[in-house]
Amino acid sequence: MLSRRLFLKSTALIGCSVAAHPLLNTIAFASAPGENRLVVIILRGAMDGLDVFQPYGDPALRELRRTLSVGPENGAIDLDGYFALHPALDSLMPLWRVGELGFAPAVSTPYRDKRSHFDGQDMLEAGTGTDLDLRNQRDGWLNRLLQQMPNVQSETAYSIGLDDMRILDGPAPSKSWAPETRLRLSAQGQRLLEHVWHDDPLFRQAGGQAMEIIGSGVSTVEEENGPTRDARLLARFAADRLNGDTRIATFSIPGWDSHSQQEKVMSKPLARLAAAILTLKDALGDNWGKTTVLAMTEFGRTARENGTGGTDHGTGGAMLMAGGAIKGGRAIGEWPGLADRDLYAGRDLMPMRDIRAYAAWALRDLFDVSQDVLTRTVFPDLDMGDNPGILA
Amino acid sequence: MVEYSELAAIRLGYGLSPRVPSPTTPQELVDSIQKSRPTAQDLVTDEVRQFQIELQEIVRSDAPDKTMLARAHRRKGSQRRQLNIKRRFERAVANPGGFGERLVQFWADHFTVTGGLVVQSLMAEAFVTDAIRRNLTGKFADLMYAAETHPRMLSYLNQQQSVGENSLAAQRQPKRNMGINENLAREMIELHSLGVGADYTQDDVRQLAKLLTGLSYDPRSDRMFRPVRAEPGAETVLGKTYGGEGRAQVEDIRAVIGDLATHEATANHIARKLVVHFIDDDPPQQAVDRLAQVFRDTDGDLPSVYLALAESPELETHFRKKVRQPFDFMAASFRAVGFGRKKMQNLTLPQIRNQIMAGLAAMGQPWALPRGPDGWPEEAAAWATPQGIAARIDWANRELPKLQKQLPDPRDVLTNSLGSTATEPLEWAVPKAESQREGIAVVLGSADFNRR
Repeated sequence: MLSRRLFLKSTALIGCSVAAHPLLNTIAFASAPGENRLVVIILRGAMDGLDVFQPYGDPALRELRRTLSVGPENGAIDLDGYFALHPALDSLMPLWRVGELGFAPAVSTPYRDKRSHFDGQDMLEAGTGTDLDLRNQRDGWLNRLLQQMPNVQSETAYSIGLDDMRILDGPAPSKSWAPETRLRLSAQGQRLLEHVWHDDPLFRQAGGQAMEIIGSGVSTVEEENGPTRDARLLARFAADRLNGDTRIATFSIPGWDSHSQQEKVMSKPLARLAAAILTLKDALGDNWGKTTVLAMTEFGRTARENGTGGTDHGTGGAMLMAGGAIKGGRAIGEWPGLADRDLYAGRDLMPMRDIRAYAAWALRDLFDVSQDVLTRTVFPDLDMGDNPGILA
Repeated sequence: MVEYSELAAIRLGYGLSPRVPSPTTPQELVDSIQKSRPTAQDLVTDEVRQFQIELQEIVRSDAPDKTMLARAHRRKGSQRRQLNIKRRFERAVANPGGFGERLVQFWADHFTVTGGLVVQSLMAEAFVTDAIRRNLTGKFADLMYAAETHPRMLSYLNQQQSVGENSLAAQRQPKRNMGINENLAREMIELHSLGVGADYTQDDVRQLAKLLTGLSYDPRSDRMFRPVRAEPGAETVLGKTYGGEGRAQVEDIRAVIGDLATHEATANHIARKLVVHFIDDDPPQQAVDRLAQVFRDTDGDLPSVYLALAESPELETHFRKKVRQPFDFMAASFRAVGFGRKKMQNLTLPQIRNQIMAGLAAMGQPWALPRGPDGWPEEAAAWATPQGIAARIDWANRELPKLQKQLPDPRDVLTNSLGSTATEPLEWAVPKAESQREGIAVVLGSADFNRR
């Protein structure tokens, strides 16, 4: 499903003028809002945080899980004497050692009890509380952030891939592209199409943006074949843009819904996630030092392993953070424990903090957005609490 | 003033074609829907059952090479599916009116099921044949009953796992923790009949879920209802009580679907969806009211509703308010460049995969894989994105020529596909293209062509 963003954008004054005059983009809005960069990766399908960051120091884990999350004795990599990293993320250990990888072990959105992927992702991307009808909610929190930032141009934020990224939907201008989209057309062909789109605002804007993106040469991003190629392409494209005027990039990695045979199911998206992060680091070069990556999922999974070697939809889960800008090498935030009395509804990991609070503090520290704007506009009615200090 | 034959083809069909003349009156158009009923080549449920049984037998056998045998069997299944997809395109391209095929798409999306592993993917195709095509020109209640009880719907919306908590099956195996799954019941009310804004409660959903227990699918059995799995006792949905004394029976489920299908709110919901899909994302209320009235007056007689749609003056007054979805775009492109039935039949399976299925995925509509049970988005802006438009143009420019070396003159493509409706800027631009290919890409990439 593609994005609805452009329709909304066409009603915004800035959106129209920028898109209608591609040249203005580079000339009139040359200065981007600061040097810091943010990448938000949406992990669709509910990632099992307990398997990615295995709390092997908690004695209850062995009771709950027999074949999954079996700790350092069985291949997981010890992180801090309490948590161990899933072996499929082995390649990220060098980042952990230099403080460029961290995680919050027990967080969630305000979404509770229904455990629908659909609604859970909508709420994660909308960044709102439980008081709004999600099906009528069309703004994403990254878009509301853009609306509040100075010096924003459409190039400032990019959603990447063919997946609909509601997190960036809304009236503030932004760009949208899929790295594998090709458009090989002569200059004359482009001019003719721009001519025939001229009287149709939607096609003029979207088609014009396509031509502009093609014209800037970004469609040449290449990656070697292999099972993680799609994720590397997304990351390579994101890095490419972030090395230019883009400061915010978002894409998704699906495939986390591990109701059965979790070990097999999870190995694929984990490999993609690791490859995406390493590709970002590699391709961002010096800019990696100014980059924060937040990887978020709609909810966690049941603490107990089910009868088919998997886990079912749960509540609390983990958020992964990476980047040269973060103060990682540690678990950030509280841990509830896995004893029966500590579980949510007797089955799920208890969320200790709203995932939006972490995102909000990251935005404040990255883009100098005031707490007032964050809790009133970007994440309405959020209690930000104390700064968890994600950034170095 | 646009000729009716042009309006019908562009708005209610897959565009104009130089090979197949479009119907000239609403009645003729509605009569053409009959051509979309099942034919011998369409994949049917029983064929998938058989495939599934054979696959299970291979997997459960002691054959030393069973892994290879299973792989070969799955490959056979995938190829059968690709043939069916080819057939779907062939019917869209060669059908004179196209209205019947568009309605097949519409209902398949209204009652969304998705593909998945090979059996699921084949079932999703068979669903279109047996639930949709077979009931395309009857009452809405019959269509709805066939859709809700089809094996693919039962698996897609988790009805397979839904068992009455007090049923015999649950009592016999207390350790298995069997219980109700509300997924199908919720979508039946919220998406398939009354619509989310209608007057119903969580309790209605819960009661309906209990009433639906017992529905199940087993490839080796014709029985679709197992009383041992059904929750005992009567259930009350929207104020009316179903079942009760004695053995649970599938007739109660037929009865509740019959009532949901003819509900006042359902008439409005279906009318609105039809108008949104065929006329305008922002639906003109008068058209919605007219269709809803016909739906109510005829107890959901679909051909009567189709005729009311085909006669709508809004087809002309709201011309080009919709953007063609990728499937429609591709079918319309084939018609525009003069492909006919023979040409479509001669496409190879690699062409189906590499030029058609890969193309649809690049445009954002991978075959049978919408993100959720609410189906593909309708809004123009969901499709006319930078990457979506670029993918369409690139497909026209680079992939379409791989299906036919000698393509027609772009000026003829313009006339053949848009008739009298081409706008002046497009007529100006097409002859100025550098090459024949790009000229065709300009036609197929234009807003004129991508809108309907």
